[in-house]
Amino acid sequence: MIRASIVGGSGYTGGELLRLLLGHPEVEIMQATSQKHLGEYVYQTHPNLRKQTSLKFSAPDDLEPCDVLFLAMPHGKAQHHINQYAALAEAIMDLSADFRLQDPETYKKWYGAAHAAPHWLDKFVYGLPELHRDEIKHTKYISGVGCNATACNLAMLPLVKAGLVNLGQPVIFEIKVGSSEGGASVNPGSHHPERSGVVRTFSSFGHRHTAEVIQELNLQKPALTISSIDLVRGALATAHVIIDTHITKKELWKAYRAVVNENPCLRLVKERRGVYRVPEPKILAGSNYADLGFEWDAANGHLVAMCAIDNLMKGASGSAVQSMNLMCGFDEMMGLSFPGLHPI
Amino acid sequence: MNNNVLCPECEAEVSLDANVMQGEILVCPDCGVDLEVITTDPIAVEIAPMEEEDWGE
Repeated sequence: MIRASIVGGSGYTGGELLRLLLGHPEVEIMQATSQKHLGEYVYQTHPNLRKQTSLKFSAPDDLEPCDVLFLAMPHGKAQHHINQYAALAEAIMDLSADFRLQDPETYKKWYGAAHAAPHWLDKFVYGLPELHRDEIKHTKYISGVGCNATACNLAMLPLVKAGLVNLGQPVIFEIKVGSSEGGASVNPGSHHPERSGVVRTFSSFGHRHTAEVIQELNLQKPALTISSIDLVRGALATAHVIIDTHITKKELWKAYRAVVNENPCLRLVKERRGVYRVPEPKILAGSNYADLGFEWDAANGHLVAMCAIDNLMKGASGSAVQSMNLMCGFDEMMGLSFPGLHPI
Repeated sequence: MNNNVLCPECEAEVSLDANVMQGEILVCPDCGVDLEVITTDPIAVEIAPMEEEDWGE
């Protein structure tokens, strides 16, 4: 049994960490901090956790030593206190963007400011097990993953891994996302009359998660276009890429089958009948599965690669718990077996 | 008798029951295509015609 605490437990990713870790047979939650909700029961902020725990939010200054410390704060916070946190816990999982990028200059380019603890960047392993399983098993510092980046990276992983894509050519990602990507804080765009029914392209290109796609897949010209849609949870990445027309459909199947067989959280969805023939995020709400799919126009080499996830799960807290499992030597899927709901 | 065949569409390995009959229609567990058993000794399958369904879109 390991002792885990969460810094920033009142946000959506913090709430998901609490839900997952409360049901984890090898984890005891020691503390969850929140300045805003200090002293309140965590279920008063995360109502689904009522009768699951009597834990109250602690003050950040009252953090005690533990085995694994999850940092679920807004971007830009963890890097200023990383030495303090490292003194409290042997292992750190930071869900923010602070330690995802390995190169300080790349961080500055995409986040617009110099990193406050650049010497820490290369201590962290990017926390997507499908890309870094062995490294995660042998580290104590794991970064979070960007939800949009995760959908893009997993959509293209079978093709990149099998060498079926020229990494120098453009890859166009169209990403549709739910409102929980914006976090628990409100803004004018999240006001119900403005958000309800929305289909709004809020980032045509240049989104920060692009840096994670470049870093992790070595794609040199990825373009991410991101649109808000009327979901609370969920992200669907649809990638468009031209591949060699000499590649056969059987080679594509082989590439996808290999990746899905190696990774317990990946599923291939490519059906000929029924409603759910392609990946769809709706049925993944609350699940750590990522559903992959593809369609290919053999005549011109146009391949459409798809990946659906729950942005708060595979795109954040679920991948963090999956990484924790690997780091601690637990079964990779421990506490993560929920398959989602249907109908929903 | 080996009752495994490769799907002609996606090359998934498809296991057939021991008492499979000629003309029987199976579904590939990976790609979902319909497969017709054309011979049983040796076991061989081919892609069967599938009716396009209206997806409601």
